[in-house]
Amino acid sequence: MLALREVSKSFGAVRALRGVSLDLTPGEAHALAGENGAGKSTLVKILSGVHRPDEGTLLLDGEPVEFHGPADAQAAGVAVIYQEPTLFPDLSVTENIFMGRQPRRSLGRVDRRAMRARALDLFARLGVPLDPDRPARGLSIADQQLVEIAKALSRDARVLVMDEPTAALSGPEVERLFGVARSLRDQGCAVLFVSHRLDEMFALCRRVTTLRDGALVATDVLADLTPDDLVRRMVGRDLAALFPKQDTAPGEVALKVDRLTREGVFTDVSFEVRSGEIVALAGLVGAGRSEVARAVFGVDRRDAGSVHVGGRPLRPGSPTAAMAAGLALVPEDRRQQGLVMDLSIERNIGLTGLKWGLLSRAAERARATDWAIRLQVKYANLTDAVTVLSGGNQQKVVLAKWLARRPRVLIVDEPTRGIDVGTKAEVHRLLSELAAEGLAVLMISSELPEVLGMADRVLVMHEGRLVADVPRAEATEERIVAAATGRPA
Amino acid sequence: MTGLVDRVGRVRELGIVVALAALFGVTGVVNPAFLSPASIRDILLNSAIIATLAVGQTLVVVTRNVDLSVSSVVGISAFGGALILADHPGVPIPVVVAGCVLLGAACGAVNGLLVGVAKVPALVATLGTLYAFRGVDYAWAGGRQVNAADMPEGFLRLGSADVLGVPLPALVALTVVLAVGWVLRNLPQGRELYAIGSSPDAAVLAGIAVKRRVVSAFVVSGALAGLAGVIWAARFGTVDATVATGKELDVIAAVVVGGVAIFGGSGTVYGAALGALLLSGITSALAVLRVDALAQTAVNGALILAAIMLDRLLALRMARALRKRRYRDAR
Repeated sequence: MLALREVSKSFGAVRALRGVSLDLTPGEAHALAGENGAGKSTLVKILSGVHRPDEGTLLLDGEPVEFHGPADAQAAGVAVIYQEPTLFPDLSVTENIFMGRQPRRSLGRVDRRAMRARALDLFARLGVPLDPDRPARGLSIADQQLVEIAKALSRDARVLVMDEPTAALSGPEVERLFGVARSLRDQGCAVLFVSHRLDEMFALCRRVTTLRDGALVATDVLADLTPDDLVRRMVGRDLAALFPKQDTAPGEVALKVDRLTREGVFTDVSFEVRSGEIVALAGLVGAGRSEVARAVFGVDRRDAGSVHVGGRPLRPGSPTAAMAAGLALVPEDRRQQGLVMDLSIERNIGLTGLKWGLLSRAAERARATDWAIRLQVKYANLTDAVTVLSGGNQQKVVLAKWLARRPRVLIVDEPTRGIDVGTKAEVHRLLSELAAEGLAVLMISSELPEVLGMADRVLVMHEGRLVADVPRAEATEERIVAAATGRPA
Repeated sequence: MTGLVDRVGRVRELGIVVALAALFGVTGVVNPAFLSPASIRDILLNSAIIATLAVGQTLVVVTRNVDLSVSSVVGISAFGGALILADHPGVPIPVVVAGCVLLGAACGAVNGLLVGVAKVPALVATLGTLYAFRGVDYAWAGGRQVNAADMPEGFLRLGSADVLGVPLPALVALTVVLAVGWVLRNLPQGRELYAIGSSPDAAVLAGIAVKRRVVSAFVVSGALAGLAGVIWAARFGTVDATVATGKELDVIAAVVVGGVAIFGGSGTVYGAALGALLLSGITSALAVLRVDALAQTAVNGALILAAIMLDRLLALRMARALRKRRYRDAR
């Protein structure tokens, strides 16, 4: 029904997709597997008309088509549920569902009554009691995802693309979603399902296409594969080589968080990180992990609890104090929060070294060179703007920027999101080395292999609470997923 | 939940109505002359032009943009209209009015293309055209001033005539408010403006023609500024190249006081028009109360700050309420 032929897409120097082909057929659910950064989201955005392929063609019912924008894809019957919900916070849930194709009545007016009735109908089909009149602002991620699903349903789609729709959903919600997806599939709709959860792929899909570093690895019938086969296809090498955490004897407690609470976001979070230790903070998107990191670092206010660094209490609400105490935070979104994209590499590394806002050029350059070499940043000139670097190298620059301050505790939020496998291994090696030198590392990560390979201990959060503290020896994928989704282990 | 949001939404405009009532009540008690028909008529006349402009500005602000150039568009339209009437008395008045509206729309199109298509931030683009349009106006006028005596009587009456006891400019403003308010509430194109301002990225994904909508918001804002220009010429009779200089800030003030979120996505033209009425009512009241003219500006400023703080306060309270709610649900 909808197919890709030899599609390639680059963003600057980064080749996101290389000659990928994919066939979606009516009445079939097709899984798309691959690690973060493998090109899954780019592929989804090509199907949805957001990006246009640099090379290759899109076929709709065997005919080449060009989608000039999302409107074209929608007209062709492609509905997409994105990983990040794309709602209008100021508008009502009903308006969100029908924006762009509202039912009309006389004079071209929006038929609010019909719209509301259809929204209620959709929610009834989904089995969720959402209020159609409330604004989208303040909906939980799961509820936002349900609105997205209702939106896709309302389109009478021929092709339904779901980009990690289950990441924030609980067990029953996932079941409900699968029920809807199956019934659409049985009505002759083609479904593309992108997920990190292997069991879900096996439960829903017939075939799977695996991507690695933007290239097609294989398209297989799932019944012929074991989960291990699939993982091998996704990763392309043994996990052990990917996550080389050296064993270290943990030293004294470097970071102690006690009953930390931010009302409505997380509650009673207590944990310790020792020097030389890498502690992973796992959990689903929206579980409150990044929020804990932000509150520890003093970006967000905390409502209760205390933070000690090296045995001394940390003043709340002051990133400056946190930095002075030896904390460093490498945020999740490096483009928005971690880097000044238009400044040069050396400037970026030098930024945290500002004393009274001043830093000599020579000192700045020396620091930048040191750290750029140590982290193996691939660059042409230190004076180049960081925009020209690949995602992985940008991440290294962010790390260099903080490491140049010689922190005692490093908090990294999704350190390898969206970077290629090779660089990922380098970042892992680096974190491991730093821990061996006595740095305490708190690593927030949604990638289970990374968590399992890197962490000495795994803390798991679920809906704002710390629900598990698993030592390395006992950490298994099942145990962590169970804790993260709130199921008993 | 719905109740709370609706209440806040309603209260936002209700708040201005209450402020207006208080203003008229208190000032009326101190000086009953403030409530005389002549005085009320003056306030309506004074607020009509700003209200018309505030409607156009609301369209633009709702999309998370701003149009600073409106005062220059008013200036160029007022001068252009007056000049044609003075130099070519044969041209019918409706043609002149239509021409001014088209001239304004053309200026708006320039803004729209800069912001919507060339992706220049609206603040910068319209700051540029604020000066550019005024510069064209100066060059065109070359120091010339058109006086009431040069324009036909029938045209000047447009600025001061009453229909059913209401001054014509106020009726025009009311018509514009109701028409645009209707469009914003009922037509998909109107709803899409809110969607764009609420989340530009999501608007693209929803398949909304974002560029076209943003350009049309600027074009309508420009056209209304053109209309306001003719009204200005008819009402004041004396027109030179400096007409309406600085008025863009009064317009934005009215919009903000009227509860239109400066970051887009919410607010109504009714609120914006009431904001215009409130601001000119305060100016008149301060004069009646014999407050120093210099202090009046400060009072206006304080009012704008109060409006913004109120907005922020409401937003924070709402965010907290929603956060707590989600938390309870989660448990």
